[in-house]
Amino acid sequence: MATLLDHCSLVRSKNAGPFTLTFDFMCHDQAAYDALVATGFLNASLFASLYDTDPDRILVVNHPRALAVKVSLPRPTVQGDLHDTDCYAGQQYAPLMDMELPPAP
Amino acid sequence: MSNRSTSTTKGPASMELRILAPTGALGAGFDADAFRRGVEARPHVIACDAGSTDSGPAALGSGTPKLSAQAVARDLRLLLKARAELNVPLIIGSCGTSGRDVGVDEVAALTRRIADEENLYFKLALIYSDQPADRLQHLYDADRIRPLANAPQIDRELFERSHTVAMMGVEPLQEALDDGCDVILAGRASDTALFAALPHLRGADPGLAWHLAKTIECGAACAVPPSANGLLATLRDDHFDVTTLADGTRLTPRSVAAHTLYENADPFHIAEPSGVLDTTDATYEAVDEQTVRVRGARYLPADGYTNKLEGAELVGYQTVIIGGVRDRVVIDALPKLLPFAQQYFDAKILDVFGGEVDPATIDIDYRLYGGGAVLAGPEPEPLQPRELGVLITVTAPDQATAHAIATFVAHASSHLPIPEYDGLVSTLAYPYSPPETDRGPLYRFTLNHVATEVTPTELFRTTTEEL
Repeated sequence: MATLLDHCSLVRSKNAGPFTLTFDFMCHDQAAYDALVATGFLNASLFASLYDTDPDRILVVNHPRALAVKVSLPRPTVQGDLHDTDCYAGQQYAPLMDMELPPAP
Repeated sequence: MSNRSTSTTKGPASMELRILAPTGALGAGFDADAFRRGVEARPHVIACDAGSTDSGPAALGSGTPKLSAQAVARDLRLLLKARAELNVPLIIGSCGTSGRDVGVDEVAALTRRIADEENLYFKLALIYSDQPADRLQHLYDADRIRPLANAPQIDRELFERSHTVAMMGVEPLQEALDDGCDVILAGRASDTALFAALPHLRGADPGLAWHLAKTIECGAACAVPPSANGLLATLRDDHFDVTTLADGTRLTPRSVAAHTLYENADPFHIAEPSGVLDTTDATYEAVDEQTVRVRGARYLPADGYTNKLEGAELVGYQTVIIGGVRDRVVIDALPKLLPFAQQYFDAKILDVFGGEVDPATIDIDYRLYGGGAVLAGPEPEPLQPRELGVLITVTAPDQATAHAIATFVAHASSHLPIPEYDGLVSTLAYPYSPPETDRGPLYRFTLNHVATEVTPTELFRTTTEEL
């Protein structure tokens, strides 16, 4: 079974301002991008369960010219506040990279 | 390497504006040779950003810049000398990381010193963006402060507790340009506004101008490989070209397209004070290894002008303790023991301070590195560490209290009672003596809001001087 890392040349999490967490999944090539998008793996309910947030507040955007999928959601802890563990949100993508993708329909 | 041409001969063009972005952040450094190539292309303006919220709330809360004065002065000297050689404007935004007035004043002091040392003469504009509490309370009372996505709750007292700046768009910068200023040091400014100000003033297509600005605002972050070095953008009537300047770097249509993803929630809709940049229909085309041609973005004017507000308030003062565990019995026991330790510390705080410190005002936080300390949510699969890093953070209303509490937290944490063992147990490895380190104040961001029904310049204050 293929993982997200098999499809991507870069998986990244970042802040989009202090209140929003954002993920970039940059695919190796057109085929990897098409395959990833076809699986529908990167969807709001996955991120809602991993980051404990309301699926309606999650934005999933496909960016064909960048061969990338982008996901943004409310930051679980405001950046830099008491109990924030990742000020730049630089490691929040980690559990996703080895997850196995479902086959494309 | 192909001919590093920075202009093109294709097609008649009635307008051409060249904009040099030497680095993603003033003080981050840049390659002097790459910068020289940019200067040789005779840009019409040099611009760069000096700040961000990405390093956290401390810069805004404390007024202390992230990067050293030495590093900022190094970059500034090269920029000021190039500006003088070209006789074009130099625009620097979000001075001192946060864009607070004190940050503008610090960069201004470096600028005056360098001008003196290098015999440079120019008209300097300082644009301040600090917001007094009473002005913000007036806006709040008039229902003219509106929340953005994921904004925290606010009340009118917040403005007295917090330090607030407004983020300027192009207009205060354009006023300074119109006034003949050669060097503009701005407080908090939209990164893109620094690069869009001149093209906008010269009547460039707003979709292209803002997309160009967005593309180069991080310097060569969109280059392959990414670097702190510079980019040159050349804006014409119906497209712009973006060119990488450092040796061994290139640009591809994809790398340029992907830059709209960086640190934005939505890559196709990027908000500015006066409207939204819509990159949905933008196209990217390779001109050569170093240059990509971009077309097709649109700029959609907003219903009303808004300035974003950024604030930070003091949370408390912190003392940290760093330790480690190697014993597997202790690693297993620690998550169960820590809640008991917290109860013990509450009683100890009442005892030690004679009831004068309320335990509810103290935060004692354990992070077990290796056991799931980094991820905001729960680990999908439990981690099985052989060694565990333990970071203990005590937060209190003042530093002396945080330190005093940390001393007994460190002592007790190294002797937690392990049920499997008899006698006095040693549970933590401390790399330092003393184990407690005071780390000073902690700040938090307080606002993700905009001020509405404002003119583009009323929240900002400009002074000028001749050097």
